[in-house]
Amino acid sequence: MSDAELATPFRQRAGGAMKDAFLQEALTIATTKFIGLRREAFASFPEGEALRDQARAIKEATLQRLDQHLETLISNVERLGGHVHYAETSAEARSIIVDIAKRTGARLAVKSKSMATEEIHLNEALEAAGVTPVETDLGEYIIQLAHERPSHIIAPAIHKTKGQVAELFTRELKRPAEPDPEALTLIARGELREKFLQADLGISGANFAVAETGTVVLVTNEGNGRMVTSLPRVHVAVMGVEKVVPSFTDLMVFLAILAKSATGQKLSVYTSMVQGPRRAGELEGPDEFHLVLLDGGRIAQIDGPLREALSCLRCGACLNVCPVYRQIGGHAYGYTYPGPIGILLTAMLEGTPAVRDLAHASSLCGACADACPVRIDIPRMLIELRREVDDRKIAPWPERVAFKLLAGLLRRPWLYRLAARAGRIAQKPFTRGGRIGRLPLVFGEWTRTRDLPPVAPRTFQERWATDRDLRA
Amino acid sequence: MTGRSVSLMVTCLGDLFFPEVGVSIVRLLRRLGVAVDVPADQTCCGLPLFNSGYHADAAAVARRTVELFGDSEHVVVPSGSCAWMVKHEYPGLLADTTLARTAVELAARTHELSQFLVRVLGVTEFTSAVRGRVTYHDSCHLLRGLHESESPRTLLGNLEGAELVPLPGADECCGFGGSFAVRLPEVSSQILAKKLANVESTGADCLVACDAGCLMQMGGGLTRAKSRVRALHLAELLDGGR
Repeated sequence: MSDAELATPFRQRAGGAMKDAFLQEALTIATTKFIGLRREAFASFPEGEALRDQARAIKEATLQRLDQHLETLISNVERLGGHVHYAETSAEARSIIVDIAKRTGARLAVKSKSMATEEIHLNEALEAAGVTPVETDLGEYIIQLAHERPSHIIAPAIHKTKGQVAELFTRELKRPAEPDPEALTLIARGELREKFLQADLGISGANFAVAETGTVVLVTNEGNGRMVTSLPRVHVAVMGVEKVVPSFTDLMVFLAILAKSATGQKLSVYTSMVQGPRRAGELEGPDEFHLVLLDGGRIAQIDGPLREALSCLRCGACLNVCPVYRQIGGHAYGYTYPGPIGILLTAMLEGTPAVRDLAHASSLCGACADACPVRIDIPRMLIELRREVDDRKIAPWPERVAFKLLAGLLRRPWLYRLAARAGRIAQKPFTRGGRIGRLPLVFGEWTRTRDLPPVAPRTFQERWATDRDLRA
Repeated sequence: MTGRSVSLMVTCLGDLFFPEVGVSIVRLLRRLGVAVDVPADQTCCGLPLFNSGYHADAAAVARRTVELFGDSEHVVVPSGSCAWMVKHEYPGLLADTTLARTAVELAARTHELSQFLVRVLGVTEFTSAVRGRVTYHDSCHLLRGLHESESPRTLLGNLEGAELVPLPGADECCGFGGSFAVRLPEVSSQILAKKLANVESTGADCLVACDAGCLMQMGGGLTRAKSRVRALHLAELLDGGR
């Protein structure tokens, strides 16, 4: 989202999203479907719960020796003839990739779906360098045509209805398109086939990288990942440093739960394994292979409060079940990663001040932690972020004052009782038929859509203190 | 059954807005032969402060609550979220204080009402105070925090005079979330609207929950919509004589 759009307060961005009837329809249909599919997948997979624990344990163990696993990965990729680059920041990652494109004379880059390249805003940098990026994942292709950004980690165009996609194709590709998913896919497929054959550069992310073998693993459903990594003469894979897994045995644990959590599939349609560039005697594969390892704020969290978030597999399950995400969609969050995990990742990548309001974009219902395949305690870290927002006085001062007053009242029973009495007097003009229908100030935020029960004529403790039959 | 004694932690919302819930709990526990007391000077468990990140203040409130209930044999709480606060957050908040051990012990002796009835007392048969169809909403902290979905359903399912009907999306949040409800009222209200549409679809006369926060949210939405469905706390239904 642009700085100008981010200048709009989060609450208003969310409100706007809830007025978008198309978005509401698309969100309800898609998230409901994902929730059901995930539930079914795990219901028929009794070993799933134990594998989730195992997956989390592997992530934790890997984080404890991340440097060693990265060194192993680097030496194995280099042994296979690949090049490894380390980027501390998004800007460094962009310039590494732009340099590769320039040195190899690339004009057209095909991309498979990658949140890491979204995170570093790679497409804009490529365009500025005269390289045309083409997204080849269907959802990414749709939003690239629409000049938008992904609104879901695995379903980037989740916010669009098929009718909207048909209109978009008709307008942008200048050919009539019907709102039929299969027909729309065929149109995109035809367009993209040409690009795959023409492209000089293939850019992918990485769902995992296996240290012991130097293998980059891509999990896709459309096969575009395979084309991107094998047809162009140069392949660049971009991955967050936390994506390394020690061994193939470990990888199997993740593959067993990733697709089930994301789409409810037992496995995704394609699991592509890339091991360096084409070797002598091989028919397919690029001449050059580059792996870009991205820090971008991750390393600092190995010992930080957001450490758990480094275990995230980017499956999107927490988005689908989040009551907030399900109302507002991904764009309203304003950053690359939406939803509950996205708030944590935004704090990690952009710093805590960026999530002053987003840290409160959760009812702390816990559905995210329940759905997370590696059981990341997202609500706990959201509370942790709120604490940092308060402690560093990033929170607005009226809020901090209000909570200090509340704290003072809850620590002093006489003041609490006095407040109850004051409330009873103050509520009189607003109470009708035993309910409060309209209140001024911040209380009006409640009463606009909901009645409020008035403070009881006698609180429970007042009754307990005086009613004989209650105490008897 | 006799010989048990319970201290009621009525909670701030229970004390101020839903005193009849506390009254029902006292009556139904006493009918079961349980001695009930209510330690004086209760305010709040501190969850609103904790969830908004004011942890030093939450710890100060936790400290005085632990002191109030330190000698109780059992502590019964009408709201899953407050029970969760005492059971899961107090030990951490008071870990480096002189009350650390008391907080851990209190956590073990504190029970949400339905859990206390079913899992501690082993009582599951009650006569309903309300006739007709009832449906049950899982409060988030009770369901995902205390991993309890069975006890309230057991109690409601066995309730003489009432028929329990399933609520679609019963495990989904009602949109309350404490200060969330006023920080993002539009989002909170839309979540609530979907919840209430599910409630209406059941044809129930009564919506039951085990958390005063959810009841404030859902009850407020129901009366605003002039719905015929009443939002009631579990205790109010169980208090129909026995």
